[in-house]
Amino acid sequence: MAELETQLPKSPTGIQGLDEITGGGLPQGRPTLVCGGAGCGKTLLAMEFLVRGVTQFNEPGVFMAFEETAKDLTQNVASLGFDLEDLIARKKMVLDFVYIERSEIEESGEYDLEGLFIRLGHAIDSIGAKRVVLDTIESLFAGLPNPLILRAELRRLFRWLRGKGVTAIITGERGDATLTRQGLEEYVSDCVITLDHRVNDQVSSRRLRVVKYRGSTHGTNEYPFLIDEGGFSVLPITSLGLQHAVSLEHIPTGVPRLDAMLGGVGYYRGSSVLVSGTAGTGKSSLAAHFVDAACRRGERAIYFAFEESPDQITRNMRSIGIDLMSWVEQGLLRFEASRPTVSGLEMHLARMHKAVNAFKPEVVIVDPLNSFHVGSNEIAVKAILMLLVDFLKTNQITGLFTNLTSGGNESDQSDVVIASLIDTWLLVRDIELGGERNRGMYVLKSRGMAHSNQIREFLLTDHGAELRDVYVGPSGVMTGSARLVQEAQEQARKLTRQQEIEQRQLELECKRSALEAQIATMRAVFEVQEAESLRIVRQEQAQEAQLAQERVDMGISRKADATEKTPEGESK
Amino acid sequence: MNTNPSEPAQAASDTFLLRLYVAGQTPKSMAAFVNLKKICEEHLAGRYQIQVIDLLENPRLADGDQILAIPTLVRQLPEPVRKIIGDLSNTERVLIGLDLRPKK
Repeated sequence: MAELETQLPKSPTGIQGLDEITGGGLPQGRPTLVCGGAGCGKTLLAMEFLVRGVTQFNEPGVFMAFEETAKDLTQNVASLGFDLEDLIARKKMVLDFVYIERSEIEESGEYDLEGLFIRLGHAIDSIGAKRVVLDTIESLFAGLPNPLILRAELRRLFRWLRGKGVTAIITGERGDATLTRQGLEEYVSDCVITLDHRVNDQVSSRRLRVVKYRGSTHGTNEYPFLIDEGGFSVLPITSLGLQHAVSLEHIPTGVPRLDAMLGGVGYYRGSSVLVSGTAGTGKSSLAAHFVDAACRRGERAIYFAFEESPDQITRNMRSIGIDLMSWVEQGLLRFEASRPTVSGLEMHLARMHKAVNAFKPEVVIVDPLNSFHVGSNEIAVKAILMLLVDFLKTNQITGLFTNLTSGGNESDQSDVVIASLIDTWLLVRDIELGGERNRGMYVLKSRGMAHSNQIREFLLTDHGAELRDVYVGPSGVMTGSARLVQEAQEQARKLTRQQEIEQRQLELECKRSALEAQIATMRAVFEVQEAESLRIVRQEQAQEAQLAQERVDMGISRKADATEKTPEGESK
Repeated sequence: MNTNPSEPAQAASDTFLLRLYVAGQTPKSMAAFVNLKKICEEHLAGRYQIQVIDLLENPRLADGDQILAIPTLVRQLPEPVRKIIGDLSNTERVLIGLDLRPKK
């Protein structure tokens, strides 16, 4: 909203958030009307405007009170850390109580408010005031007769204030149909701010709205604000754009295997991490790991606890080997524990803002988020979370939020509401199997990194959280002792198979031996037959030779002539 | 006598100490002074004292008597302090304001 500064000279209020909404502050040299019901913080807003004017912008101020005495006012704002007496002594502030008692005043004829003008003028001139507060000028209507004269005089007063060039705040009580009881908005029309204090679901919340700001654009929404020991702060919801710079730096989660699941590097710095899961799944433990890792790097962390006390958290985390207390002692970790019901959402948010601004952490834990869900305030919760996430991102703070989901449906309604705001979403869930509950974890989403799609078994040991591979086999995903049993069975089955194979090999060997034995026998038999056959062949050859010899002999004896050709001749 | 019967302590010194706050010589201020003078002469002859304070000259004095309206007549004495604002043109109301009932 920097471009607005050229439009109209503005007086910064120094009040957290208000300058953002108004684009730089209240219109300089003009009166601003602040109106609202009783107890909504009008006087405080005005007073803080003055005090900050003195302390931050060196603009002295005049506070003209019509309702509270100077002493009361001084005491009331002392609790907010404003030392009015000091400012008055240093001639930086004039506190003027205007006492009007109707019963002491009789009216006779026409009058004007020149006395007030002179008084105010004198106060302004005596310290060179640049800022003026009239609180609550409507009291004049109760204290002085003849409203017609008063109206004319007020009109003149506001004109006169403009002429004086002072930036003024005029407070007014809310009326029935009008912004103020006496319709002051008719006279003060440059800038009108309404304050509201309402109660929803037994939780009170304060809202501020800039109804009108002549000559300047401004945030028109209702903005939650709060009043605490540091004064007034307004939380601009929508003035924050989606323009935060992002970091490429990664920071470890504190659980090595989880880093591995998140692309091997961990969360992005300045991202928002949601750890959701059913009760007792180790969400806080993951948060504690992250805190522990951050503190080990020498970074600062704030742990906003809404369900457990800091003592309880440190004790519980010691049981898994994380010593958070030592980080607290070293000033690296701060616990901010409060009940979610202690105040409205914006009060919590503002408190977080303040704590973060004061402590300047690199890591913020909110444990758990869903404590804020009261009734059907989801929209409000989302708005507040958006604010928180935006705020953390703008400051490059990594936020880790835990969220308790009701069992069964792990992506509970509340998760869905905030899912779009979250960069990395881890889901821790119970896996019920074989009569026991085990924790399983997976990365539901993680923007901007190649994250694992695996379910890991999440174990809490005395030396911290560990992630194990779950058993994924034909009979499904198994964890815990079921995983162990399954692994044993697997082992046994493997052994059996091994033995079977050996058996088969043995049988084959047997068969081969048998076959070879058979072959040997047959070969023996064959050899015997062969020998027999050869013997017969030889015998027959021998007989044939003998027969031939006999024939030759016979031929010789018959004196045949061709002994050589005898067989041929005989065959012819 | 026209002193307040409920204030016997004031009977000894029943002088009226009246302060008229004005801011410069405006017609209203002038009228107020003239009207006051007339009423005092009529009802408090010899036992009144009028002090005119011009806030333009002494703005500091506006705080003391909590002056807002101009003109304002403050009855300093006898106590209690009473204030009458306006140009004092309504004599009846001035007398009521000063606890001076008009003679029947």
